[in-house]
Amino acid sequence: MQLVDQAKVKSRMQTRLKQNKVLKGVFFGTTIFALVVLVILLYRILTQGIGYLDLQFFQNFASRFPEKAGIKAAFFGSLWLMAVIAPVSLIIGVGTAIYLEEYAKKNRFTTFIQINISNLAGVPSIVFGLLGLTVFVRMLEMGRSVLAGGLTMSLLILPIIVVAAQEAVRSVPKELREASYAMGATKWQTIKKVVLPAAIPGILTGGILALSRAIGETAPLLMIGALTFVAYLPENLLSGFTVMPIQIFNWTSRPQTEFHDVAAAGIIVLLAMLLIMNSIAVLIRNKFSKRL
Amino acid sequence: MQGSIRQMIKDKKEKQQSRSKIVEKIVPGILLICAIISVLTTLGIVFTLIVETITFFSQVSVIEYFTSKDWYPFFESDPDYGIWPLISGTLLITGIAMLVAVPFGLGAAIYLSEYATDRVRRIIKPILEVLAGIPTIVYGFFALTFVTPVLQNVIPSLPVFNALSPGIVVGIMIIPMIASLSEDAMSSVPNAIREGALGLGATRFEVAVKVVLPAALSGIIASVVLAISRAIGETMIVTVAGGATPKLTLDVTESIQTMTSYIVQVSLGDAGFGTTIYYSIYAVGMTLFLFTLIMNLVAQYISRRFREEY
Repeated sequence: MQLVDQAKVKSRMQTRLKQNKVLKGVFFGTTIFALVVLVILLYRILTQGIGYLDLQFFQNFASRFPEKAGIKAAFFGSLWLMAVIAPVSLIIGVGTAIYLEEYAKKNRFTTFIQINISNLAGVPSIVFGLLGLTVFVRMLEMGRSVLAGGLTMSLLILPIIVVAAQEAVRSVPKELREASYAMGATKWQTIKKVVLPAAIPGILTGGILALSRAIGETAPLLMIGALTFVAYLPENLLSGFTVMPIQIFNWTSRPQTEFHDVAAAGIIVLLAMLLIMNSIAVLIRNKFSKRL
Repeated sequence: MQGSIRQMIKDKKEKQQSRSKIVEKIVPGILLICAIISVLTTLGIVFTLIVETITFFSQVSVIEYFTSKDWYPFFESDPDYGIWPLISGTLLITGIAMLVAVPFGLGAAIYLSEYATDRVRRIIKPILEVLAGIPTIVYGFFALTFVTPVLQNVIPSLPVFNALSPGIVVGIMIIPMIASLSEDAMSSVPNAIREGALGLGATRFEVAVKVVLPAALSGIIASVVLAISRAIGETMIVTVAGGATPKLTLDVTESIQTMTSYIVQVSLGDAGFGTTIYYSIYAVGMTLFLFTLIMNLVAQYISRRFREEY
């Protein structure tokens, strides 16, 4: 008597194996989809924009004529904005992280701050724009300035920096701290001379990534009224300004297709800048990840 | 002589200690102020939205806002402020985005966590990160100048501004988010469980779908809910490619307007400070904020409440 019907088992096994094979292909296809889109996107933008990408493009201000349009004001506007965002968000963000990791007691207030930060990370960027419009532009009377834009963006990326800095501070081994205390150092001396130097690569990596997020943001700055047609460079913190994403938005929303090519050229500059910043972040991460 | 050196050391030590004592006391305070700024930001957002929304509702009735089916704030003689067209536009975009992002994101997560070798994973994950790091205005440009023309080849009657194209592109934008969060959830399922199923003769597909997926379900659902929240708050893609005609419709080929793109439209226009239109962006912003807040809280609740501990 045969207990197992060999033929039946074989056929069932085969369909199951076949199903596995087919679906493996399907899952692989879904993974590749994202890659294909990325390639198409980059290819399109490169072929469209490369023709307008010359030295003149960096030297000219915005113009009604596509062949004369340049990104000078937006490029320097983005640099000005970075100069405000980087110190403000890093100081507040790292301060918050050190407080939460080193000083805060485990009580309700600390939990509240922590939950608050993770919720803040989920607030749409345009809502931060509304906040900036009311508080910085109107209440504090900063006007539609670099300062108002920079402070708004600093608040926007604050949660990202805090989380990154917290992780960096947390990953400093306890032994280092204890050794420092054993040598008679106080808490702040330990943080300043032991914890922070050890955590700085992680903080910088997170900070640069957050900054690159800020450089690509458009909506909050549109809200606080960064201008879309600027033919001058910012002179001080209270100057009006424009940034690259807004300039790109302006070119994209024009009906003439020539301006779409100009927008593509602007996108190439923006992406190149982001690529450089991300590469620096990766370099820092790789260079320092072996220590400790 | 010996005594005086000892004295000098003692003096110096005392001086240092008194200074460091002051520093030790001040520093936590300064750091606490930094930490409080994040709380102030939240309070500022809530306060701003509430105050300006109240001003708006002193000029427009709450009942009209929630019951009227028309949103025509720019009609000077008889403006209509009914939020539903903006909400339906937002949900339409979100729905299309999810139809794209969930299958592709989840498929990628399953492939990366259950099939891919370490080497493949090391290549693909950075690519997904690149995709996640592209500014949304670039996606908006892509939607308008590439996806819409491609779709027009398939649907010849498709207008330049429509819901379909930005919906698809928002979906593409959030694929990395769903993929990486779901992959995290699936990789945290212990290998012993996988090996147990494989030992019983299950195929990799059966392990993925019948064992790993259910075990990681809370994390996966949380990632989808977070992605929905992201799609609701997405601004530039829909502003560039979605049009500016608020409409209560489910037709994906029509031009629509979302809550976010309305806010941008007003801020680009010349509605002066103090007009009803100016205050309306805060009421819309409040509605948007509540939508995303609820989504984020739901995601946190799901991932905490239904987490499987191993």
